[in-house]
Amino acid sequence: MKKKYSIYSLVKNSLSDNQNWKKMWRNPEPRKFYDVIIVGGGGHGLGTAYYLAKEHGLKNIAVIEKGWLGGGNTGRNTTIIRSNYLWDESAHLYEHSLKLWESLSSELNYNIMFSQRGVLNLAHNEHDVKEIRRRVSANKLNGIDSEWVDPHQIKKLVPIMNTENCRYPVLGASYQPRAGVARHDAVAWGYAMRADELGVDIIQNCEVKKIRTAKGKVQGVETSKGFIRSNRVGVVASGHTSVLAATAGIKLPLQSKALQALVSEPIKPVINTVVMSNAVHAYVSQSDKGELVIGAGTDGYNSYTQRGGYNIIEDTIRAIVELYPIFGKMKMLRQWGGIVDITPDASPILSKCEVEGLYFNCGWGTGGFKATPGSANVFAHTIAKNKAHKINAPFSVDRFVSGRLVDEHGAAAVAH
Amino acid sequence: MFTIRCPYCGERDQSEFSNGGEAHVARPKDPEQISDREWSEYVFIRANPKGIYYERWVHTHGCKKWFNAVRNTSTDEILKVYKMGEAPPPLKGFKNTIKTPSGEPDVGSGNFSVKKP
Ligand SMILES: Cc1cc2nc3c(=O)[nH]c(=O)nc-3n(C[C@H](O)[C@H](O)[C@H](O)COP(=O)(O)OP(=O)(O)OC[C@H]3O[C@@H](n4cnc5c(N)ncnc54)[C@H](O)[C@@H]3O)c2cc1C
Ligand SMILES: [Zn+2]
Repeated sequence: MKKKYSIYSLVKNSLSDNQNWKKMWRNPEPRKFYDVIIVGGGGHGLGTAYYLAKEHGLKNIAVIEKGWLGGGNTGRNTTIIRSNYLWDESAHLYEHSLKLWESLSSELNYNIMFSQRGVLNLAHNEHDVKEIRRRVSANKLNGIDSEWVDPHQIKKLVPIMNTENCRYPVLGASYQPRAGVARHDAVAWGYAMRADELGVDIIQNCEVKKIRTAKGKVQGVETSKGFIRSNRVGVVASGHTSVLAATAGIKLPLQSKALQALVSEPIKPVINTVVMSNAVHAYVSQSDKGELVIGAGTDGYNSYTQRGGYNIIEDTIRAIVELYPIFGKMKMLRQWGGIVDITPDASPILSKCEVEGLYFNCGWGTGGFKATPGSANVFAHTIAKNKAHKINAPFSVDRFVSGRLVDEHGAAAVAH
Repeated sequence: MFTIRCPYCGERDQSEFSNGGEAHVARPKDPEQISDREWSEYVFIRANPKGIYYERWVHTHGCKKWFNAVRNTSTDEILKVYKMGEAPPPLKGFKNTIKTPSGEPDVGSGNFSVKKP
């Protein structure tokens, strides 16, 4: 039965001391065969399963996750959502996603706390100014709400920002009012719950050890709970995609690196939008609990340790304190890292491959949370129809052979 | 962050060095002959294993010399450092610390930093 959340269910359950809430999803043992297997229970994987069941009528689907749902980058990111990317291909993909975000809470009847508080991307030098103005114009041509704001307007939006007395003064910014943040766990849980209701088996604590193929076709996956047969396997494993692809003899243009974030002690509201700077590499927003959520950079070498170097957070904090002197005496509470899968052109791969029935959704690198609903939606289409949706067709892995890259280093940089 | 033993200067903080990615990638000998797919492999594809692999480092804030290393990417342990031009030590000589391709080592990963074997 569909679990409905409303003011009535809140009141009803509070009367019984919140002891009678239903489990959000089942915990089934894997079947022997599935029509589609999704490897990776992050937002993109769970969302893919949801849209496969909801929009393409597939019934026999499993999501296999080696740890817990959302325990990968979905639960580790700084949750910035925006669509102000440079090229048409990316603008269409990220804007498709942003439109889905705008109705996701009601689509899932689950509060993902999507808050459209806007994002500023700062320019600190002449080159930044030119590049960001160009991007604003490109965004406008794609119907995206992007505008150029000068330091005076920035000061109005973020009075605590030090725009002048710093080594890299703030010369302007792009501003996207529809951008914002969302509750990352809720995105995974919301998709998981509704996918489960549509019959999707969510199998946690089960590691895929090998993708089995024969005669150029996928046969299924070998897991810590035994072999599971399927003719269609979608790999959505972020930082671990390379190692899974390697088990099927496939090489992808991905490099896995640690990316860090940190959170401060909670304070009263001081900043009500998201501010990002690629040049000095600092970005910050304030959570509903009052904590500053700060994103740092990637380590300069491949790693799977999910930790990150201390020098990287030092660099970020240095920039934060210069931009916001008011934060100088604050204490940081927690720090963590996630392993991100970076492509040569800073754009994702949503693609079939040379093995029939094997699909990859990866390469989101440092900035794929914002794309979760859109990516899941078009990837489900790709698997169901065995053909890319027109939105993800440009993101085929073949672009690294044809040379038709979608270079988003400017819009993505390390920041998101 | 860890320390690296530069073959010329000795042990220094990792932040003095820059990483140069996978080591021993040979430029194709017959660039005119090879296919676009082979070029793509040379230009875009680099090893990305969870475990032991060869990589290059340069002592940017020191002697500025390049050298090679063998590192375990699941623990960030540097197992061997050797000079440019020296033969790479066989990877089989090093113990892998993970049992499955995407498993975690008993110690040394951020997931289990306090867990002892
Ligand atoms: C610190 C940090 C900050 C970030 N900030 C932002 C941001 O502000 N905005 C933004 O848009 N993006 C951001 N990102 C990027 C974003 O988090 C990711 O691109 C996105 O969440 C990827 O989602 P996913 O579902 O593809 O991957 P994940 O959530 O990582 O899910 C992949 C899952 O696959 C599982 N898995 C791996 N191997 C196996 C296996 N062998 N068998 C079974 N399961 C397996 C993993 O356990 C994991 O749960 C950030 C990332 C980090 C680390
Ligand atoms: Zn040196």
